[in-house]
Amino acid sequence: MTAKITFELDGQSVEAEAGETIWQVAERHKKKIPHLCWLPEPGYRADGNCRACMVEIEGERVLAASCQRKVSNGLKVKTASERAKKSRDMVFELLLADQPAKKDCHDPNSKFWTWVGDMGIAETSRYPKGDKPAADVSHAAIAVNLDACINCGLCVRACRDVQHNDVIGMAYRGHGSKVVFDFDADMGKSTCVACGECVQACPTGALMEANLLEKDTGKRIGFEDKKVDTLCPYCGVGCQTTAYVKDDKILYIDGRDGPSNQNRLCVKGRFGFDYIHHPDRLTVPLIRRDDAPKSGTAQVDPKNPWATFRKATWEEALAKASGGLKTILKRDGGDALAGFGSAKCSNEEAYLFQKLIRQGFGTNNVDHCTRLCHASSVAALMEGLNSGAVTAPFMAAKDADCIIVIGARPAENHPVAATFIRDAAKRGAKYIIIDPRGRATGAQRYASHILQFKAGTDVALLNGMLHTIVDEKLYDQQYIQAHTEGFEALKAKVKDYSPEKMEAVCGIPAATVRDVARIYATSRTSMIFWGMGISQHVHGTDNSRCLIALALITGQIGRPGTGLHPLRGQNNVQGASDAGLIPMVYPDYISVEDPKAQQFYEELYGRELSHKKGLTVVEIINAILKGSVKGMFIHGENPAMSDPDATHAREALAKLEHLVVQDIFLTETAWHADVVLPASAHAEKWGTFTNTNRQVQMGRPVVNPPGEARQDWELIQEIARGVGLNWTYTHPSEVFDEMASCMPSLKNITWERVNREESVTYPVDSPTKPGNEIIFGDTFPTKSGRARIVPADVSPPAELPDKDYPMVLTTGRLLEHWHTGSMTRRATNLDLLEPEAIAGLNRFDMERIGVAPGDFIRVSTRRGEVTLKARLDREVAEGMVFIPFCFAEASANILTNPQVDPYGKIPEFKFCAAKVERVREKAEAAE
Amino acid sequence: MATNGKPNGAAAQRTIHPGSGRRKASAFQKGRPLNPSETTAVEALIGNGPYERALLIEYLHKIQDAEGCLPAGHLHALGELVRIPMAEVYETATFYAHFDVVQDGEEKPAKITIRVCDSLSCMLAGAEKLLANLGSEDMDGVRVVRAPCIGACDVAPAADVGHHLVSKASVAKIKKLVAAGDTHPEIPKYQSLAAYQKQGGYAVLKSCLDGSRKVDDVITALSDGGLRGLGGAGFPTGRKWGFVRAEKGPRLMAVNGDEGEPGTFKDRYYLERNPHQFLEGMLIAAWAVEAQEVFIYMRDEYPAVLHILHEEVANLDKAGLTKHTKVSIRRGAGAYICGEESAMIESIEGKRGIPRHRPPYVAQVGIFDRPTLVNNVETLYWIPQILEKGAAWFSALGKNGAKGNRSYSVSGHVNKPGVILTAAGTTANELIELCGGMAKGHTFKGYLPGGPSGGILPSSMGDIPLDFGTLEKHGCFVGSHAVVILSDKDDMQAVALNLMKFFEDESCGQCTPCRNGTEKAVKLMSEKTWDQDLLQDLAQVMRDASICGLGQAASNPVMSVLKFFPDDLK
Repeated sequence: MTAKITFELDGQSVEAEAGETIWQVAERHKKKIPHLCWLPEPGYRADGNCRACMVEIEGERVLAASCQRKVSNGLKVKTASERAKKSRDMVFELLLADQPAKKDCHDPNSKFWTWVGDMGIAETSRYPKGDKPAADVSHAAIAVNLDACINCGLCVRACRDVQHNDVIGMAYRGHGSKVVFDFDADMGKSTCVACGECVQACPTGALMEANLLEKDTGKRIGFEDKKVDTLCPYCGVGCQTTAYVKDDKILYIDGRDGPSNQNRLCVKGRFGFDYIHHPDRLTVPLIRRDDAPKSGTAQVDPKNPWATFRKATWEEALAKASGGLKTILKRDGGDALAGFGSAKCSNEEAYLFQKLIRQGFGTNNVDHCTRLCHASSVAALMEGLNSGAVTAPFMAAKDADCIIVIGARPAENHPVAATFIRDAAKRGAKYIIIDPRGRATGAQRYASHILQFKAGTDVALLNGMLHTIVDEKLYDQQYIQAHTEGFEALKAKVKDYSPEKMEAVCGIPAATVRDVARIYATSRTSMIFWGMGISQHVHGTDNSRCLIALALITGQIGRPGTGLHPLRGQNNVQGASDAGLIPMVYPDYISVEDPKAQQFYEELYGRELSHKKGLTVVEIINAILKGSVKGMFIHGENPAMSDPDATHAREALAKLEHLVVQDIFLTETAWHADVVLPASAHAEKWGTFTNTNRQVQMGRPVVNPPGEARQDWELIQEIARGVGLNWTYTHPSEVFDEMASCMPSLKNITWERVNREESVTYPVDSPTKPGNEIIFGDTFPTKSGRARIVPADVSPPAELPDKDYPMVLTTGRLLEHWHTGSMTRRATNLDLLEPEAIAGLNRFDMERIGVAPGDFIRVSTRRGEVTLKARLDREVAEGMVFIPFCFAEASANILTNPQVDPYGKIPEFKFCAAKVERVREKAEAAE
Repeated sequence: MATNGKPNGAAAQRTIHPGSGRRKASAFQKGRPLNPSETTAVEALIGNGPYERALLIEYLHKIQDAEGCLPAGHLHALGELVRIPMAEVYETATFYAHFDVVQDGEEKPAKITIRVCDSLSCMLAGAEKLLANLGSEDMDGVRVVRAPCIGACDVAPAADVGHHLVSKASVAKIKKLVAAGDTHPEIPKYQSLAAYQKQGGYAVLKSCLDGSRKVDDVITALSDGGLRGLGGAGFPTGRKWGFVRAEKGPRLMAVNGDEGEPGTFKDRYYLERNPHQFLEGMLIAAWAVEAQEVFIYMRDEYPAVLHILHEEVANLDKAGLTKHTKVSIRRGAGAYICGEESAMIESIEGKRGIPRHRPPYVAQVGIFDRPTLVNNVETLYWIPQILEKGAAWFSALGKNGAKGNRSYSVSGHVNKPGVILTAAGTTANELIELCGGMAKGHTFKGYLPGGPSGGILPSSMGDIPLDFGTLEKHGCFVGSHAVVILSDKDDMQAVALNLMKFFEDESCGQCTPCRNGTEKAVKLMSEKTWDQDLLQDLAQVMRDASICGLGQAASNPVMSVLKFFPDDLK
């Protein structure tokens, strides 16, 4: 502890901590000092440039910026002297001279105008007006009106210091200095990723949500009538948000200071909220018309579904929905039914859904999209550590000296997590990126190493690293002895995998592999992040095993700055998995084959349960085609888009005797439904959600569901009652109570606690203590208390390129679109930013195929073909084509290979053989 | 898995999707597409790395020198190679006047750039007329731009044709150089290393390095001799060295050679004649503070000096006289603010020249956040002699209570402008005399004691000894000792406006009082009748609330005019 500092503040002796600024101490003493360029929020350094916060210090020739000046012993500060006040007023008057008049201003609620009011100064200036740049309306989501800019540079710090996107600069000089994007490009043509941090930081309205402004005048017309603290509906980062609402519609979203986002958001979270107000929203229950036959190739226009569906009353729809399921249940037994729950829904909904399937149908045929993302990671983690969750939150990157990101693209898929990794890289941590799709911009600047290896050769590369660590004795013998088992087997296995031998396989020079292995093993703290690039392979479990082995043999786990972090994709994929939306396990990953667990749940659910593992996503689709599964309840999932070999998946869906889909849109899956139940969006309901960091957080209703749409938990309960269960929940909090009673992971967590604290990390040791962010410091939750090291062999992808299909197709996501696009493509801004299906191709392949950027191409595999626009993508390797799977008009999953990993049952979305051809009659083919 | 190998026709024709179809997808990833040829071109200029972030300005010079401008494609490739974001490349490139960024699709600037100095001394000598005349000339492949002081006030009006300095510039002289394509600097004859050594040069340095001189004794000598920072701040040099030495190492050093205060040309004078006396002083300083590296920051307006320094530092390296440190030369790029020491440090780090807040002082947190000694060229120049001849010798050179000698850069309406090396504490009247009196037809009316920042004093105050601390009570200061003599032919409002325009152009733009204050002041002062109340209020906020000396002092001339030349106000 450093000694306290004593100084004089307006004649009163006050104490402060070393390092505090005058402004901070003054604020604590309730002295209001105006400030514009100073934003007292995490990540923003004081810059002291606006000079609105000047104070007088006795004995100093000039005034001091209180936001920036650190206190020191004996300082005599006058915050309200005539000289200081006059100076601050003059600063405002100088700025006012160049501002649009208050009556015409962009945002009368801005911090600037609020201070003008609070200071009681004139709203006009005596000084002549200078020249100001014209409005920039090039960006869909953000209005740039630099006539209101005061050059405070908060947007630069937002973009550079906080989000590390580095798009905004302060260019030119003197009074000509100006906020610029890249090389003074229009914002819409720049590398801006529209995280909107600058909008949230701007104190004048120079950067604003475009939708709040009147088009012609640039004047703000959108003013909220209420605000609600809630969560972002998209990825596993779990950003806390505040939604601003007018007339039951969301106007805009700000980031809140949640543990995983510290006010930061990305383009989806900030600007992708209005899908809930889209006219395509389901507002009435639908029943398939008798004259609408099912077909895997049938399509339904959500805007005009009346040839396929008819409107129904709730009574009729629910009776029909549960009736159909009940008929099959009675006739064919529970195993003829299956359910897909959703990782987008709340913990309570996920729990209820799996309970319905298990208790109501007596089967374990319940799965969800975790199967398509991290099933193999979880399989390996369960096998090695007997825990499927991350061992450390991504914020732990702040303590890491080495960070490996492999098979993950956080800047696109977990943008706010990426900012924490870049924080660490900027601080000096080694940032090692391993990905067959490289990095041309952004992370390229932050990475110490980029290993763009050959797709599908993960094990070869990782075994090369393990070999190096063993070979060069860089492992942590003490840790291995105390905490692990299986090291000798690993040693034997990796003996044959020298980086020199693997060089030809994975395409990375041996020296680089050795270098990276050394850095990882010998850094004080090293952390590994991974994503779908690791998991979505037929050898996905093996990939993860290698990563786990890396951490275990080097002891890079269980301490701050170390650990294993599979970045979870959906906002509640952790929670939905924890809640038991998995066919092999009950809540908290207790095997359905465990007699003790069977007994426990049979007592809790009051009936005999199925004692055998249920079917997984891909297995269920196959079972439908085989005829053994006949009815399904699909809640908020879109397998018609998300499953591999989508043509095949759609055939299966169409073949179902009875399909109930509960969703907010008429998704490609719902096209094949018998009954469609209009449900509630994330912003329309209460619920807890568990993010990738194991933080349980509270989502709150912001607006009401449209039309007759109802709460998801109610609908699940209605179906449960329809099939004969006697459920009587009246609020999600009661469901949470039940979960907490049967899930050890939720010990010491109550609904009230989550609502009060906003975020509680599990496991947590007491109702009053914060949760444990870093786990497995002393022991692992395995029987022996030791973690198991499992070696892996190199195995090739299931379908290698050949003469007919010479290229590699890999799929993934775009920053702007969420998974199958059902939400984000209906979000105005996101649709405008990424409006059409594209395929990423390297310059050399484009030249070889004879297409120019923007031309249309046909991509085909053994399973189908799509036609879409070619985008010149510098990150895609030669011989590879990348297609994001969010575009229904060119669904990537028509092409993908449904072969699965033997342990995780996850399909190989990241690799299949493909052919790319030029399409001559471009436009027609696409329209 | 059921795969019949047949593409599914229906799927291929799928048209229903949730997108609105209001826009088309981009054919490229976000932002300007980078062409591989741009990368190749930049690699050819800056090599294949490894690259250093801090060398950004040096890289920009290489491109500007080769291309005559900074094409956007080159900047894009440069940013990617050096791993600097586009915005950061751009903000640095556009901050400095000597870089010409050319956007995609824009035309490159003319091959030859003529910079005509329009700062005060050149204005007094007819720079505006020269500019007007050049404007009406028809010269192919030439562009004429205004430039702030190029440190040739003794030969005003001055201009640069490319890097070729034109003394007492005329249209004819300039046209001749253009026609000959003579754009290279003329390298003056200067004292070589051998000649300097022959007369005993570097003996003092050697006595330091071999331990026969002690650092404490050296510092005491400087303090006793009264050597002060001759860049303009006048801070006692010995004390500064002591402060830096007290900070925990590793330490660095910078030489401030950004002699930009209009009217100042003394550093150039010494560097073009006797560079080794300065270099020896510098190496002694580096020894004294144990600086790992010395950065000589030299203004780009002095291409001949840059040439000399590169030659002679290489010679010193060869001669083994720089083993105790590393000497690097950094080339400015046209920004007066980089004469402010913390802005200079930012520039040395390859960034915009934006002054830092004090505290912490650069002695504590300087280049790359290390303790840094910053000395001006002339300050270092006197050190070998002070150490050789003794503190008493130097201190006795002053008069009127001042210690040491001073190099006054005298320009304006005197017969023989130039660097006057004489006693500290000399008066303006004495300097006029030393310069051969007032120019014909001119009567002494007033003077700038220390360039534009130092304010303006009337001739009635021409007998004040010019030294640090003697003028502050009059709202003026002696600064870099750039004395500009004004006469009865000069319009004081026009003089003040010229000076304020200079500050407006050279303000870095960081803080509101200076950025907006200089701009508003120019607008107010361009009016025939000045609004004195508005100017007073403006002056006060600029003085009280600007971050650095530029803004704090920018109002000095206008305040001087209000105070000392009320009769000149319309």
